[in-house]
Parts: sequence; structure tokens; C-alpha cells
Amino acid sequence: MFLRTALLVLRKDFAIEMKSLEVLLTTLFFAVSCVLVFAFAFVKDGRAPEDAAAGILWIAIAFAGTLALGRTFERERYSETLRALLLAPAPRAALYVGKLLGMLALLGVAEGLLVPLVALLFQASAWFSRPLLLLAVLVGGTVGFAAVGTLFAAMLVRARSRDVLLPILLYPITIPVIIGGVRGTAALLASPADEVTATMWIGILFAFDAVFVTLSLWTFEPLMTE
Amino acid sequence: MHADFDSVRLVDVSRHFGRRRALSKVSLTVRTGDIVGLLGPNGAGKSTLIGLMATLVAPTSGEVRFGDRTARTMGPGLRKAIGLLAHELHLYPELSARQNLTFFAELYGLEPGATVDAALARAGLTERGDDEVSGFSRGMRQRLALERALLHDPRLVLFDEPFTGLDDRGVSLVSDRLRHLASRGAIVVLATHDLDLADGLVTRVALVRDGRLIADELAASGLRARYRGAVGSA
Amino acid sequence: MGGQGTTAEGSIDMRKMFVPLLVTVAAMFAAAPVMIGRAPLESTMGLIQKIFYYHVPSWMAMYAAIAVCGVASAMYLFKGRADADDYAVSGAELAVLFGLIGLVTGPLWGRKAWGVWWQWDARLTSALLLELIFVAYLMVRKFGGPGSEKLAAATALFGTATAPFVYKSVDIWRTVHPNTGVVRTLGSSMPDAARPFALSAIAFILLFGVLLTLRVRLARQQHALDELYLAEEDR
Repeated sequence: MFLRTALLVLRKDFAIEMKSLEVLLTTLFFAVSCVLVFAFAFVKDGRAPEDAAAGILWIAIAFAGTLALGRTFERERYSETLRALLLAPAPRAALYVGKLLGMLALLGVAEGLLVPLVALLFQASAWFSRPLLLLAVLVGGTVGFAAVGTLFAAMLVRARSRDVLLPILLYPITIPVIIGGVRGTAALLASPADEVTATMWIGILFAFDAVFVTLSLWTFEPLMTE
Repeated sequence: MHADFDSVRLVDVSRHFGRRRALSKVSLTVRTGDIVGLLGPNGAGKSTLIGLMATLVAPTSGEVRFGDRTARTMGPGLRKAIGLLAHELHLYPELSARQNLTFFAELYGLEPGATVDAALARAGLTERGDDEVSGFSRGMRQRLALERALLHDPRLVLFDEPFTGLDDRGVSLVSDRLRHLASRGAIVVLATHDLDLADGLVTRVALVRDGRLIADELAASGLRARYRGAVGSA
Repeated sequence: MGGQGTTAEGSIDMRKMFVPLLVTVAAMFAAAPVMIGRAPLESTMGLIQKIFYYHVPSWMAMYAAIAVCGVASAMYLFKGRADADDYAVSGAELAVLFGLIGLVTGPLWGRKAWGVWWQWDARLTSALLLELIFVAYLMVRKFGGPGSEKLAAATALFGTATAPFVYKSVDIWRTVHPNTGVVRTLGSSMPDAARPFALSAIAFILLFGVLLTLRVRLARQQHALDELYLAEEDR
């Protein structure tokens, strides 16, 4: 029942998104604009500072992710469908998992565009020499960010000032993800690629993920009950 | 119908939000076959009471019992027996009528196919089944929302201001449906501030004002005359 | 200060608080001349090193406040204990207060001792992040609208859970890329500093305890006031 409910929510969100692709397209475009803004901020004499690619990638993921989180939960606010979901005869944490999976899918697509784009613009093609490690860092960091972000976005749905409160809460708490993600991807840019460092950061990121997915599953129901 | 419980009992229930008191020491029992009218002015606490019975709101003190068990001991399966229709309608505007019903049917563990077709027919929306809900009029959405709320044949039927924005035909459709449900053994709770529409429909009256239950009795005719003073001014 | 106790129900008699308050004041008065007069001057840094007697105990008080806030938030969120919320908000406010003391004294010390105001070392940086998290806690309570106590409780829980990750990742981040190469050793090579340090540490912890008690009392009186308002409306 738990997994079934989560997948039903995921499928429903997918069906809605497919109709207009609104959140996906605007998130992608925003992420690309982010990258360009950073390019103009940091590129000097046609070259970016060393390791800039790693930082720019993760900032773009964080900013675009925050925006996407707000928008997907805004959908459940309209017509108060969140209440209807909470009334489903399944453990309420299943709703959280469904939303998290949707968020991961969205960010996955965004990263599929961002990583090559950043690599192209900032001479970071070294990333692709270690694709599995790169993938592990991306997955580890994205899951951590999305896990905390989905929970906070859900709990803020009924709050006042929710648009600004989400980043205020989310960024300090997910700093380990930013550090781990940036340093992990930066390690892969060294020549030769610093696999030891990258693997160490991957370990920290997955530990973070385990802790925070668990914490989110525990706190979702008490937070969503008024 | 899920015959898990025959009554819902609120025992000395209070719900505070800091200085704002939504409910104060309310005790109320609703039973199968009842159509209970939760009457009172806006802000009296009717929606909070509905929320408590739907397990969406937790009491600050007191208990909500379904039969003789609480929501916690019954687990999420309890919600199979609860149906809620509130003012907001809980429909996804981007999806079609059929898609909305199918989603909720599957969420409740029902086989969509025939159930969804029957619900669309009852709502009079069979030809519009594949149109997006965003294009529906308020009345059409209301009919669809009604079917969505009752799709899983719940024992406890909670309606919060269901008559808002309905024409006479819509009102009588909803009223007839509620009577039908009660006759089949459902526990029907209807929150409204419209005394005229509740007249002749409800079998019992629970009057709420400023978070307190000030009357709990069998309904007699002429609700407006009897309760106008209590309900009229906030 | 040591005068009449209030007689409202549920409040703490001023006289009961007087004893710990007196002990705190006495401890701090005793610590100050001890620190200034008897503590040895550290060889390289001189007088400025003495800020250490305020800096480190502030962290200790901050972590104590965070622990109180975290535990109280968990109890509020999972057990629904309304009184736990009073401890949570008091802990958060004190965490922000003592954190601020630490964050101001740290750079002051760093500037004089090593010439830079801020050098992204693990301790100060992770403390800054914790400060931000608990400022965010207070913002949620203030701007979040009704039901914000629960949201803030979640913030505190997540914030406390992330603290070890923050410290570890900032630590690794800094040692892998050494900047000025200055590593701060806290009070290791001066055994004579131990006693005044212990005194200031205890003084700060006691101060924290007293402030916590006062703040929780204030929260309880606010609740009592709310109840009176409601009772008045019912007449």
C-alpha cells in the first residue's frame, strides 16, 4: 500500500506535468539563466577560475531546485488537493515519497541538461572521464537536497511567507550537500581525477541522504496534521 | 459500505491556536442514519470539527473515537471509511474528470473502470468525461467533486458548506444524495451557515458558536426561526 | 532582585531563582579578577588571548541551548507536549544569543592574533551556519502564520541533525585546501588557564540556565494571559 500510493502520486504528478510541461521547462530555463549569470560574474579573459564549473553547477541545481519545489507544491494548494491526498487510506509518509520521487525525476532531467552545458562553457569535460563517479556524486547530492526540500516545501504549503521561508530554511541545512557536491565534482576535474577524494565525499553525501530521508519520513505525518 | 464503526464520538475536545480558541470542550456523538447539521456563524469552529472527524486536525485535548477506538489505534485504513467534501472541491484542474476519478479510485484501492463510469454517469458528466476540469462550470465541478468524495462508499460522510454556489437543482441533488446515504446507514455530518437549506434535511442539530457547542438536539421544523438569533450574528 | 515573589499561579517565586542567580553573579565576579590577574599571558598572542575565556564558554552555552531546543522540539512534534514548545523557543533564542557572542568574539580574537577577521575554519563556520539555522527558526515562528510552532520544531530537528554533517564537511573542506595554514589550538599548552577557564565555563552554563528559566517562565505567563483573555471573552 505504501509503495503503491507513492507511485500513484508520482504517476498523477507526471500526468499533470506532461500536459503542459510548465514546471520542467521554466525550471530548465531558469537553471540555464543562472549558469549564464555566473558565467558573466566569474569568467575573466575568456577563462573561468579553476573549479568554477563545480560551484556553478551546484548553485544552479540549488536555485532551480528551490523554485521547482515551490511550484510543485503550489499545485496541491490550488483546490486544496493536498487535503484529499492526506485523506487517502495509506500511511501519509507515502505521499512524501511520491513527491520526492517526482522531484528527483525533475532534477535528474535538469542535471542532464546542466552538466553538459556547464562542462561546455567552463572547460570541464574532464567530468566525463569518470562517468560513474560523477553520477554517484550527482545522485548523492540531489537526493539529499530533494529529501529535505520536499519535506520543507510540504510543511510550508499552508504557511504565510512560504516563498521566502523555503530558501531560508533549506540552504543552511543542506550546506553539507553543497560542500560535498561541489568538492566531489571538483575532485573529478583534477588531472588525473582525484578518485579518493570524490569517493570520500560520495560516502558523506550518502550518509546525509540516509539520515535525512529517514528523518523526513518520521516527521512528515506530524507536520501535515494540523 | 465499510461497517467498521456505528458512531463517531467527540469527547471533551478542544483545539487552540495560541490565543485563538477554535474549539472548547466539545462533546458530540453522531450515529448511523443521522444527518447532523453543524450550524453556526462563520468562524464558529464548524470546519475545525469537520477536520477533527476527518483526522486532518489533531485535538489539543480530548479524544475523537470511531466506534470505541481512536484514530491512532485504527491506523490509516480508517480513512477508507471517511469521505470529505469541502468548499475547495479537491479536484486537479489540469486533469480530465475521468482522470481525477480514476486517480482517487486507485488511491482508495478500488478497481477504477466500472466504478468511475458509474460515478461519471451519476454526475451527469459521461460525455464530458475526457475534458479537463479547468473548463468546467462551478456546478459541474461540484457534481464531480461530490462523486469523488463518495467514490469509496464511506461510512462517515463529512460535508463542509456543500451548497455554496449551487442553483436550486444542485441543492436538491445534494440533499437527495445525503438522504439516500443516511438511509443506507452512513453517518452524515453537514456543516453550513445556511439555515434554510438545512431545514427539512437534517435530522439533528448541533449548534456551534465561538468554539462551543451550545445546542445538540433533534431537528424540528422551522430552523431559521429557532436558531436565527444564535446563528445570525457572528 | 531578591524582593517580593509574585503570587500568580504557575509562576516561579523570585526567591527560588535568587540562589542560582546569586551563584552565577558570584561565580562571574570571582572569575573576572582571577582571569585578569592570575591567568598567564599566552606567549604569542598576549592579552587578546584572554577573550578565550568568553569565547569558548559561549559555544558551550550555545550547544547546550541547541540541545535543549532540539530535544524539546522532538517532544513537541512527536509527543504533542505543549509545554515542550516553551523550552524549544527559549532554547532557540538563547542559542542565537550565545552564538552571537561567540561569533563576535571569534573574529575579534582572530584579527588580533592572526591578522584576519575570518578564515573559514571549521568551528567558526559551522557555528555561523547553526546560528543561521536558529535565526531561521525564529523567523519561521514570527512570519510563518498559525501553526508555525510545528514548522519551527521541524527546523530545529533538521538543524540539529545536520550539525555534525556541517562540522565534518567544513572541516574536510578546509584541511584539504589550507588557506593561511593557521590552525587554532584551544587552550592546550597552558595548564594554569584550566581553573579560570573552568570557572567561566560554569558561570556561562549557569547564566544559560537562569536565562532559560526566566524565558520559559515568560512563555508560561504569556499562555496564562491568553487563557485570561479567553475566559474574559466567555463572560
